[in-house]
Amino acid sequence: MYEDRIDQIIDKHGAEKGVLIQLLLDIQHEFNWIPKEAIKRISERLKIPYSQIFRVATFYTALSLKPIGRHLIQVCLGTACHVRGGAKVLDTVEDALKIKAGNTTPDTKFTLSGVNCLGCCAQGPMMVIDDDYYGGVTPTAVKKILEKYK
Amino acid sequence: MPRLNSPKKLEELRKTILSKRNKNKLGISISSGTCGRAYGSDKIAAEFRREIKKRGLKEKIDFREVGCLGFCEREPLVIIFPERICYLNVKMEDVPEIVDTAVKGEIVDRLLYTDPVSGEKILHDENIPFYKYQKKIVFGNINSIDPKNIEDYIALGGYSALAKALFEMTPDDVLDEVKKAKLRGRGGGGFPTSVKWESTKNAPGEPKYVIVNCDEGDPGAYMNRGLMEGNPHSVLEGLIIGAYAIGASEGFFYIRQEYPLAVENTKLAIKQAEEYGFLGKRILGSSFNFKVKIHEGAGAFVSGESSALMNAIEGKVGEPRPKYVHTSESGVWGKPSTLNNVETWANIPLIINKGAEWFTSIGTEGSKGTKIFSLVGKVNNTGLVEVPLGMSLRDIIYKIGGGIRKGKKFKAVQTGGPSGGIIPAEHLDSPVDFDELKKLGSIMGSGGMIVMDEDSCMVDIARYFVNFLCDESCGKCVPCREGLKQASIILDNIVAGKGKADDIKKLVDIAEVTSIASLCALGKTSANPVLTTLRYFEDEYEAHINEKRCPALVCKDLISYYIDPEKCQGCMICHRNCPVDAIIGEKMKIHVIDQSKCIKCGTCYDVCPPNFSAVKKISGEPVPPPIPEEERLIRRPRKEKRD
Repeated sequence: MYEDRIDQIIDKHGAEKGVLIQLLLDIQHEFNWIPKEAIKRISERLKIPYSQIFRVATFYTALSLKPIGRHLIQVCLGTACHVRGGAKVLDTVEDALKIKAGNTTPDTKFTLSGVNCLGCCAQGPMMVIDDDYYGGVTPTAVKKILEKYK
Repeated sequence: MPRLNSPKKLEELRKTILSKRNKNKLGISISSGTCGRAYGSDKIAAEFRREIKKRGLKEKIDFREVGCLGFCEREPLVIIFPERICYLNVKMEDVPEIVDTAVKGEIVDRLLYTDPVSGEKILHDENIPFYKYQKKIVFGNINSIDPKNIEDYIALGGYSALAKALFEMTPDDVLDEVKKAKLRGRGGGGFPTSVKWESTKNAPGEPKYVIVNCDEGDPGAYMNRGLMEGNPHSVLEGLIIGAYAIGASEGFFYIRQEYPLAVENTKLAIKQAEEYGFLGKRILGSSFNFKVKIHEGAGAFVSGESSALMNAIEGKVGEPRPKYVHTSESGVWGKPSTLNNVETWANIPLIINKGAEWFTSIGTEGSKGTKIFSLVGKVNNTGLVEVPLGMSLRDIIYKIGGGIRKGKKFKAVQTGGPSGGIIPAEHLDSPVDFDELKKLGSIMGSGGMIVMDEDSCMVDIARYFVNFLCDESCGKCVPCREGLKQASIILDNIVAGKGKADDIKKLVDIAEVTSIASLCALGKTSANPVLTTLRYFEDEYEAHINEKRCPALVCKDLISYYIDPEKCQGCMICHRNCPVDAIIGEKMKIHVIDQSKCIKCGTCYDVCPPNFSAVKKISGEPVPPPIPEEERLIRRPRKEKRD
């Protein structure tokens, strides 16, 4: 089912030098993860060893070899958020969803990730759900924010 | 739009744009960077557009969504032109009133800045203390530039530096000017920009590359995001001028994918610059050709290191290599490549236009120009601030930052990200420049400035950075990979109350090895957070290790929450908010925390009304036993009825 779309993405980039990471990012955005088929197809078409693509895909945090949930929750743990209690926010989200950071809820609704700075440091603690940015998040506000996505 | 093929045509275009614009025309700008959007500025901007359209004012008002205006604490900001009236914390429902009053020439008083000391309302942005003490040159015109519209940039003199460089200067002249300006790299190390340029210029090999490093991974820093989102053309113009000086024909923007708006605005800026003839073949009719591409970073802190970043551009794993041959001589695909930070590039058009003499009139002996800092953490006015180099930490934190939040005491400021260090109160009067910060054991870095108050635990901060670096270490060299891991285990133990007597010595030993033997700057500087916290706050380490006490009351395993029975008013607020139902209490009964259930989230502490302040944190001492059930009823003296 993925193949046509994967081919389209590969075609879009063409055989330009150094295109691999941009290609994988596009695949990540399209499917929300990097399916095995994609790595195989890129390897065949661009003549890059499977192992090399696998290495790149596991090195970068934006690329995931596991499917991620419908909503991606990113809790910022950058320094500015840290000193204002970012870790507490993450704890509260973990409690609310009953999963640890880096995991997906069993119903695949949410994937929770603790990230190392989203660049909104003046408004910490920061939480981003999909494309929505929430600043100055307190543990008590977490529940209300999550409600919107349930 | 036909490509501009001479400086004259550019000048004509600028005049045409300006002739259509009336300086005295009513304008409304809303700051709409990512931080503004976190507070709904994109939705408010849409509301402004609707409102303006509804009232048929489209011709009368120039409405702009501009980049981050810096005062991120008070986002979204709205500026009314031509008077430059500044409104803060603007909300959806304020929109009709703002439009209405702007047309009538009136002011919405409640949205103005109120001076916290005098209580006086301040009308114009330049008089607000947060802005008053800044010197905005790189960030200068950001409030009048819609980053999605190249004509806004051109109207303000944009690309005139490029025209000047291409037609009035030789590549060597440009290089000379940058050398005379003594510009130093804004990305961290403060390496002289002209030396890098020269080395790439003189290195054999074609093509040569120029690269913008916007892989701003330092936690707590976002200056580059602000610039790329708010004024991408200024960076692009600097890059093209640099390429001309160096003789590069291709360039890259390396932008981390965590900055989607920066990527979007840069993409558009490149497209527009191509259309207008600032990129591509025969730029502005000269014989200079240059093209540029965007490479999105896929999330790896270490990829901000120059050789790692160049590996990533080649589509490989972004890990560094030994640099006995510099990337300026052998970088992307083995070709000479100059990599500079976003802010460094943005300084170039200013230097070319205004001259090295002007530039060197700002700053200190060894550090010229201004620097943008992200002033964040426990300071009242958080945001992006641009100051002349040499301003003291005290002035930045107190005059611009408005001092510490909630009247707390300043403890330390962290500069330079994970490679930097902690600077304590005794050095607050030190001038901020590349060399002074180094003397204090920290570095300037890319400009993160995280202010900490008495509630910040220095051991916890050291642990935070070591864990961060441990996560981000690429694992290629042993000292960094293993050293950080061991340091992380030791620090985790210390904050968990399991510290041992020789832990400090072990940390120092590890720090020594990683700083000497690591391959790249990530490992080499990784010891700074540990060493500086040890240098200035060793007593805190000792309290954690010897007394199992966290003096700042931060480390979860070493503290307990406790409700003071003398102060508790039985208001139920903490009881209702506790996420794990650990608070036993009823209305008008003194509440008690069930220590076995408590997860130490601190919610009760945060929600307890300040006039009660009944919830306390304690460390290094046992929690007092709960008062007996029968004594919990609160008896308030009845108010005497007046006869």
